[in-house]
Amino acid sequence: MKKTLLILTRNPLSLLGLILVTIIVLAAIFADFITPFPEHVGAVVDFTNFNQPPHWPNIFGTDLVGRDLFTRVVYAYRVSLILAAVVLIIAVPIGVSIGLTAGYLGGWTEYGLMRITDIFLSIPPLVLAMSIMGLLEPTLTNGMIAVTAMWWPWYTRLVYSITRSEREEGYLLAAEVIGASKLHIMFREILPNCVPSIVTKMTLDFGFVILIASSLSFLGLGVQPPTPDLGSMVADGAKYLPDSWWLTVFPGLAILFAVFGFNLIGDALREILGGDQ
Amino acid sequence: MSAILELSGVSKEFAANGRRTLAVDNVSFSVEKGECLAIVGESGSGKSTIANMILGIYGASAGAIAFAGEPLPERREKRHRRAIQLVQQNPLSSLNPRRTVGASLRLALDVHDIGPKAERAERIGALLQEVGLEPDYARRSPAALSGGQRQRVAIARALACESELVVLDEPTSALDVLVQARVLRLLAELKAKRGLTYVFITHDLSVVRNIADRVAVFERGRLIEIGTTEAVFSSPTHDYTRRLISAVPVVSDAEAEMRQNIMEMTHD
Repeated sequence: MKKTLLILTRNPLSLLGLILVTIIVLAAIFADFITPFPEHVGAVVDFTNFNQPPHWPNIFGTDLVGRDLFTRVVYAYRVSLILAAVVLIIAVPIGVSIGLTAGYLGGWTEYGLMRITDIFLSIPPLVLAMSIMGLLEPTLTNGMIAVTAMWWPWYTRLVYSITRSEREEGYLLAAEVIGASKLHIMFREILPNCVPSIVTKMTLDFGFVILIASSLSFLGLGVQPPTPDLGSMVADGAKYLPDSWWLTVFPGLAILFAVFGFNLIGDALREILGGDQ
Repeated sequence: MSAILELSGVSKEFAANGRRTLAVDNVSFSVEKGECLAIVGESGSGKSTIANMILGIYGASAGAIAFAGEPLPERREKRHRRAIQLVQQNPLSSLNPRRTVGASLRLALDVHDIGPKAERAERIGALLQEVGLEPDYARRSPAALSGGQRQRVAIARALACESELVVLDEPTSALDVLVQARVLRLLAELKAKRGLTYVFITHDLSVVRNIADRVAVFERGRLIEIGTTEAVFSSPTHDYTRRLISAVPVVSDAEAEMRQNIMEMTHD
């Protein structure tokens, strides 16, 4: 772990990713202290200072009801990061368990599980999430459910393919001959060999989940106002382009930096840990 | 002497792509307790299939396998797993690269609940010493070990659950010659000390001469000759056996003596 971090700081690109992600995470955690107007997260109206371009103390400008955009972007990061973390914490164990089971047990179990996975994978992700969000109330929780539902099959595919290749390895035969349980073989013998690939994919996905969640709220299916959300901020601001450019540009850049940062780290991890996709 | 393992009329048929192949054809033989029976034959002669059936990796299509007088079921019970163990050919793949040597050995102790939990770490150290490795190897990753050391760990693992019969599937063929000799010597020592029975699968007849009490020769799934190592080597009854033996590089007496001296020198 320490060694991995050290290698990450040596490559300029992964160092950039590390810096971006660190800034984003720290900003989200300490949002209450670094933002000038924490109360602007909620429904605040200030018609003396609305729709203003960047100026001090509103360095990102203000929105149509006079709220500080910088404050709202930082708090939106907090929402996005929590959403991405929750989605991955739920989707990864589900996807990994199904992949291990299908890959190791084989036979009808494999056939059944992988066909279900294929069905999920065959539906375009945004369409799947949109239809789920269409059925449910558009809340943060339901947004997480929708994104989780479209995310786990990718981990199933990944772990399944690794498990299939590990199945031929002698150490699995040895564990079987010793009489180890199937659970032990799947989770203690095979899983450790999947961890590098899973960690790499999770890092990359952190950015992608933020992107997808923003796309959903851009379409009006995500977090509802007044909770700040990068996707809905871009969507709302787009109506006032190009005159009120700051309404879209800053939240848009925020999404870009998050996805970019996590991608740079993910790509570097893939090379360091040797995880294949 | 009593037979610890007995195969009677064992056959194994594989079906692939609509074609059926008889990998093992009506084979019967027995292994005495405490002996080393070598199973030799070229690749495709069915020797690995026999090993897999003894280990219970898959069942026989016909015939029966008995262990210590009891028929072995296709779904092995824990006590069968404990009694019959395996050392594989490739020490690179037989140890999990993501687990320490100690964890690989501990699995056997945990599964079969051998000894009190608190003493298992100590037992792992003792096992490593028994195969000629330092106890602190338990903390190492297999990647930090040489091929010969890994094979010693694999042997320790096969002994960890106090097995009685060990199937050695070409245990030395992936090692270089010097290491091969040391591993063979270790296997012979352990066999004498623990009263083990070996089924030694190999295609290397010079290894057979070193360690086996008896030899079973297989050709295309059939057992064509079985007898004491001396008898088979000195007067092979089957043409195929004769060809196998004549393929072994011969060492003259003078060379053998020289080799003996060198071995003794390198020992110290």
